[in-house]
Amino acid sequence: MKADPRQFRQDSARAIGDPTLRANLRHTLGRIRARRAEALAAIEDVEALRRIGNAIKQESLRRLPRLLEQLEANLVRNGVRVHWAETLAEANGIVLAIARANGVRLAVKGKSMVSEEMELNAFLAEHGIEAIEADLGEYIVQLAGQPPSHIVAPAMHMNRHQVAALFHDKLGAPDVPDIEAMTALARRILREKFQRAGMGITGVNFAIAETGTLCLVENEGNGRMVTTVPPVHVALMGIEKVIARLADLPPLMRLLTRSATGQPISTYFNWISGPRRPGEKDGPREVHLVILDNGRSAIYADAQLRETLDCVRCGACLNICPVFERIGGHAYGSMYMGPIGKLLTPQMAGLGQAGHLVGASTLCGACFEVCPVQIPIPALLLRLRQEASQPSPAGRALVRGAGGARNPAEAMVWKGWQVLHDSAAAYRVFARLAALAGDRLPAFGPLKAWARHRALPRPAPRSLHRLLRDRPGE
Amino acid sequence: MGMAGERAAAGRPAEVYFFGTCLVDLFYPEAGLAAVELIEREGVRVIYPQAQTCCGQPAYNSGYRREARRVAAAQLPHFAKPIPVVVPSGSCAAMLHGCYPPLFAEGGTAAEAARARDFAGRVVEWSTFLAEVLRVRLRDRGAPVRVAYHPSCHLLRELGVREAPLALLGQLAQVELAALAGAEECCGFGGTFSVKQADISGAMLADKARAVVESGATVLLSLDAGCLLQIGGALAKAGHAIRCLPLPLFLKERTA
Ligand code: SF4
Repeated sequence: MKADPRQFRQDSARAIGDPTLRANLRHTLGRIRARRAEALAAIEDVEALRRIGNAIKQESLRRLPRLLEQLEANLVRNGVRVHWAETLAEANGIVLAIARANGVRLAVKGKSMVSEEMELNAFLAEHGIEAIEADLGEYIVQLAGQPPSHIVAPAMHMNRHQVAALFHDKLGAPDVPDIEAMTALARRILREKFQRAGMGITGVNFAIAETGTLCLVENEGNGRMVTTVPPVHVALMGIEKVIARLADLPPLMRLLTRSATGQPISTYFNWISGPRRPGEKDGPREVHLVILDNGRSAIYADAQLRETLDCVRCGACLNICPVFERIGGHAYGSMYMGPIGKLLTPQMAGLGQAGHLVGASTLCGACFEVCPVQIPIPALLLRLRQEASQPSPAGRALVRGAGGARNPAEAMVWKGWQVLHDSAAAYRVFARLAALAGDRLPAFGPLKAWARHRALPRPAPRSLHRLLRDRPGE
Repeated sequence: MGMAGERAAAGRPAEVYFFGTCLVDLFYPEAGLAAVELIEREGVRVIYPQAQTCCGQPAYNSGYRREARRVAAAQLPHFAKPIPVVVPSGSCAAMLHGCYPPLFAEGGTAAEAARARDFAGRVVEWSTFLAEVLRVRLRDRGAPVRVAYHPSCHLLRELGVREAPLALLGQLAQVELAALAGAEECCGFGGTFSVKQADISGAMLADKARAVVESGATVLLSLDAGCLLQIGGALAKAGHAIRCLPLPLFLKERTA
């Protein structure tokens, strides 16, 4: 997948014109928003809890290098093998090497956004290893040959009729939109895969440094199967997932499940603290953790942008976002979509390629309002807009591709705007001309784009400056 | 926002500055005048520095902070007295109050930064000033009317102003406030977003305009001129006769 300005415009226009997609999004988002609101209403002081969530993540990031070392040491003590990957290629290479060492032909996967970053399924397929998604939503989009359209609900863009048609087409199931029957079918197919798979792959929601424990939140039990049935478990995480203490977990969990799905707690919560021990009846023979950087340490290096890494991937900002509601997840051209995607994708892919995403926001602030860890998404978008067009000169050009989305014509427009507005005299002339133009403004350039959906605005004949200056008694 | 409470505690000032904003200046001057006169009616002198132009937000929101800072710096000297600066726009008040200090901290001189901090601390959004500082009492002289109110994003979420405009409207006996579906959702304006991502903006706008029409209101009120140009432009294009007005103008008309 590639984020690209022209593609973005095309894909978002196509999504806007797709009534089925619009209806699916409206319906599902409406339900998720209501559930989230209800779940959080049951908490006495949500704002206080959000502040705690923010403080925990900020503190974990502040101590990140130390915590990662501590995590590694404790995981190793627990028998987990820890691998470090700076790039996506390294991460893929590590997973492949583990698979080869264990003669793996088939892998089953729980939900993992890092694996989406890695495009791991395609990579493994190139090397003769089949990877099957075991999360129902992921399984659906995999069957459809599509990327996920949402970080929590990967098949959010589809309704049950579309899923039934897909199951009919790919699995020979009756074309009946019976959710229970379809789930049962998927479960039957996946059960058999779990038994045959040589390797289970999952993401990580939280990694606890002091105990060396990996936490996995899920609702379907597929994560439990993936981490216990196959002989090898490979967990994938970004460097930002580590938290210091066990005691940090409860507030984050209270926020995460309520913000994501409106549940007080997820149906499953998996603690992974190592491979099967002598005398234990189940669990994998080997557990590996791949810790991925992929641009995160560059984000980390900037004190303000670092807040991007607070994200717990709850999806609440996507669900509330008025832009996401209109265009869905695929239009973003990235595995991270919605408001958090507009922060992550440009910082990972570079502002030159994905700088348009930081502009594709009205800065309405709805995302900031719901983010359980209080990431100031609009402020960070503003910062990235600045970096995209005029990177700060002195030693702050840390953002990948800074200056890469600079448009010389736009830069000139703003220079001109400045000249008209930083002197009262120039502004007076400008305001006078605008008033004279009245409704005779020609509809070209930006005004043409404006006029597609709206009547042109009409400057008043006399500005407020003049009205007040000419008042009797002034 | 601490500003409403602090001002209220400080009591009623004898005089205030008025920062009119460029959109009001060019597109809704009558509303600016109404906003000024409603303050004056309470016995407060209003100073309108003629040298003011724009808060700088258009360039700031586009990432052109140097240009925004130049324009912002040109405003500061004209608002030097230690009196409140009243602003009839949620978006511009948020810019002046919340963005000036960091803008000058990152690029201005130390003197400018100090001046910007002082200035930002004196900014009061117009409806908050009327409802919570002046505690105005409005007498409705108009005919019965059904209105909808669009709580613009920056007013609502950056400044946290939810009650003040509704409290002012609530004083008007003949005004019925219509329920607006998805009221707190963005109208899709977003400054240059409205032309850079015209399709997305248009899709958000279409839903907002539909909600306004379905509310049955004959007047749509807001405290942000950008949103009014956006929503009003769509309603006008579709041929709806719903009047889109800045709140101060509506209040002035009904209580004159
Ligand atoms: S940015 Fe905040 S709201 Fe969005 S996914 Fe991350 S944690 Fe959730």
